[in-house]
Amino acid sequence: MNESEKFPSFSLEALRRRDRQEMSRLVEAFSGVVYRLGMKMLGDPQDAEDVLQSTFLKVFEALPTFEGRSSLSTWIYRIAMNEALMILRRRRPEVGLALEEGNDEDDEPLSKPQALVDWCCLPENELLSGEARRVLDEAIRKLPEKLRTVFILRDIEGLSTEETAEALGLSETNVKTRLLRARLRLREMLSEYYGERVKESGLYG
Amino acid sequence: MDRQDCQHLLAALGEYIDGTLDEELCREIEKHMAECENCRVVVDTLRKTIYLYRVEAQEESLPQEVRHRLLARLELEG
Ligand SMILES: [Zn+2]
Repeated sequence: MNESEKFPSFSLEALRRRDRQEMSRLVEAFSGVVYRLGMKMLGDPQDAEDVLQSTFLKVFEALPTFEGRSSLSTWIYRIAMNEALMILRRRRPEVGLALEEGNDEDDEPLSKPQALVDWCCLPENELLSGEARRVLDEAIRKLPEKLRTVFILRDIEGLSTEETAEALGLSETNVKTRLLRARLRLREMLSEYYGERVKESGLYG
Repeated sequence: MDRQDCQHLLAALGEYIDGTLDEELCREIEKHMAECENCRVVVDTLRKTIYLYRVEAQEESLPQEVRHRLLARLELEG
């Protein structure tokens, strides 16, 4: 899948001379995804709105220097992710990088899956109930930053491995390992919740 | 998840789920899953995990007032 095919194409030339119509088109095409990225990264509507506004201010400011080596969408995702990370660090300066490191290093062996309850059989309305959605949101915020960024771009936004690597300044190998770690961690957290729902429903054992 | 086969499967799981693993390895994984209930559950629940996040994210839309404030900030209104 190629990210750039999901979005309409834009005239860089028109954007650079600040053509209002072209700028509006760009905003319409990307404001939804940038806001969503902010929500998933920060979990707070006000913070997500800050990400949204500062991303577009940066995008229009930096467009004259955009070289077009990556696609426009990947470039916008990269700016949005940087804005989100900046707000995250400003918000909790006490959580230094030290806490983020130390586990989930890329070369560490994967930990064995623990939860082995099959909860796939739960009905969709239970998998996506209001309570379940809160569990989904909490789980993603419990991921270490470097796993969360990869999961959001790859699995939620649907960027390719290559595009994600480009947006985050990582190697493709790192993207793959971090993505698998993120997915496995989320699976464990969701299994805790859904496993209980399965037991309650009597569908299991 | 103690057997060596299970460990192998775990390492290849990302690419297996993304459909980028080569065919021969895919067949090995599927053969293993057919006889290892634990790995089958891990694969199924892992796929479902990704699916749920995708569905949930599709429903997240930009609130109208947030959109208006953005356009105002960028002086693109009207
Ligand atoms: Zn197994």
